[in-house]
Amino acid sequence: MRETTFAPSRMLIYLLVLMIAAAYLVPLLVVVLNSLRTAEEIAQTSMIGWPKQWAWGNYLVAWGDFCIAQTCAGIRPYMLNSALVTIPATIVSTLLGAVAGYAVSLWRFRGDRWIYGVVTLGIFLPQQMRLLPWTIVLRDLGLTNTLTGLVMIHTIQGLSFTTLFCRNYYSAIPQELIRAARIDGAGFYRIFWRIVLPLSPPILIVTVIWQFTHIWNEFLYGVTFTTGQQQPVTAALIALSASIADIPQHGVQSAAVMIAALPTLLVYLFGGRYFVRGLTAGAVK
Amino acid sequence: MTEAVPAAARTGQRRAAVNGLRRLPEFLTIWVPLLLSAGHLIAFALWTLWISFTPSTLVPVSGWVGLRNYTAMMATRNWQIAFDNLLVFGSGFVLLSVLTGLALAILLDQRIRGENVLRSIFLYPLAVSFVVTGTVWSWLLNPGIGIQKLVNDLGWTSFRFDWLIDRDMAIWTIVIAAVWQSSGFAMALFLAGLRSVDGDLIKAAQIDGAGPVRMYRRVILPTLWPITVTVVVIQLQFAITTFDLVRALTGGGPGTATQLPALVVYDFMFQRGLLARGAAAAVLMLLILLAVLLPYAAWQYLQRRQSAHA
Repeated sequence: MRETTFAPSRMLIYLLVLMIAAAYLVPLLVVVLNSLRTAEEIAQTSMIGWPKQWAWGNYLVAWGDFCIAQTCAGIRPYMLNSALVTIPATIVSTLLGAVAGYAVSLWRFRGDRWIYGVVTLGIFLPQQMRLLPWTIVLRDLGLTNTLTGLVMIHTIQGLSFTTLFCRNYYSAIPQELIRAARIDGAGFYRIFWRIVLPLSPPILIVTVIWQFTHIWNEFLYGVTFTTGQQQPVTAALIALSASIADIPQHGVQSAAVMIAALPTLLVYLFGGRYFVRGLTAGAVK
Repeated sequence: MTEAVPAAARTGQRRAAVNGLRRLPEFLTIWVPLLLSAGHLIAFALWTLWISFTPSTLVPVSGWVGLRNYTAMMATRNWQIAFDNLLVFGSGFVLLSVLTGLALAILLDQRIRGENVLRSIFLYPLAVSFVVTGTVWSWLLNPGIGIQKLVNDLGWTSFRFDWLIDRDMAIWTIVIAAVWQSSGFAMALFLAGLRSVDGDLIKAAQIDGAGPVRMYRRVILPTLWPITVTVVVIQLQFAITTFDLVRALTGGGPGTATQLPALVVYDFMFQRGLLARGAAAAVLMLLILLAVLLPYAAWQYLQRRQSAHA
């Protein structure tokens, strides 16, 4: 079964794999090509086709011109909103998760097991169970319809994942190392800076990529807690499809979709290995 | 001597207090994030549970109506449709994505050239938002502008592929998009499983003269079933909480043909302003999830105990 001659059976395997791969790429290809076709051209044929003339202008319109609901500033403000939510929430939740993971796995303290157990329950508790409480908390804090509110929510919720990732990774560090450092008089922070953090880059990359992708792609909180100009890009895309349903602008819409998907696609392109490691790490908890 | 003891105790106490004060920042660093995370989980879950027993409508109010919100919710047409859809979507999606993922993993395990590139292709949809993929699939599956239009334009004018606007078939469009988006995940886990099969086992079977088909059926696949359980549970968890994909692909329609529990929760909470009913629907969702997760947790616990004894 493992010889590398080109028997018919191997040709069949390659044929199958390549066909499935093509099927996986079709949706991406369709959006990319459509983002470069004019609305008239798409209307005359279908969404699937090769551009007759390259309409690069679609991207300019999608970025800064067309109207979503009542405002006509393109997708740019919403991209900015997403960035302003995703970047701080990713950094803060990763840092806090690293410290928490370190405390739970290496520093050890009374009650560490049960509190860690509760924190990881956050991976399973559906967002729907937290929607109303967050609505009320945001209102009481005066953070309704603000990006700060979303940053807070994603930071606190992200802790479940970041703590889990870091804790599992740090568990492989020998306890003796920490004990020896403590005997030498090193404290909580010193051990973290000098021993734990220098060992952390691989898991920090996994965690950052995971958080970035998930917060950028998040939709339910974005659409529930923000409206109009404050919405992240995922919510804006839905608003966009709704607002131009009467006069379809599929070229421009495809360009908008591409722009919205680009940050996470780029992260995947350059950090795919770490992204997959995060996926499987979350799975085999 | 007799006076020295309390004095020493007093300095000891003071030292302990100073020491405690010095360790306060560390104490806070450890506990504040953990308590925020654990605390909000427990408090929010109980809070939603409590709201589901109150007569709240537009704003949360106190009061006790027992199980009335639950019975009312389960009697609505929306919830019944959503629940039936969840059964169809959940089983269709999980079965197809497990089979696709397993097939892909076995194909990629044949020492294929360019395996890394292929693996990246099967996994890239996972990096993209469901809003994006749902939107794209809504175009492809729209009979007026998508695949059907293309095939019709090519000359096969009687070709029909209009599940998106067909009440009976619309739920399968969600299955297609979801399988496309997350079968790569099943593939990744299965591939890791295939790669960790004991080499001696394979060699022994080869010596016994087992061909490739028998090798997979008798030797390799049986070792994969714990991974299969994990994949099924994770995919079920995804199916039960699906929201974004449906919002982007069908919006729950045509009519209510693609309603799922998560959409019902949102609809009652924020569009109809029936908070308690929405909260009851959320709790029902959680119960469905627990029906999957609790047996899985018990199974994992037993497995761990067995391997600890072995």
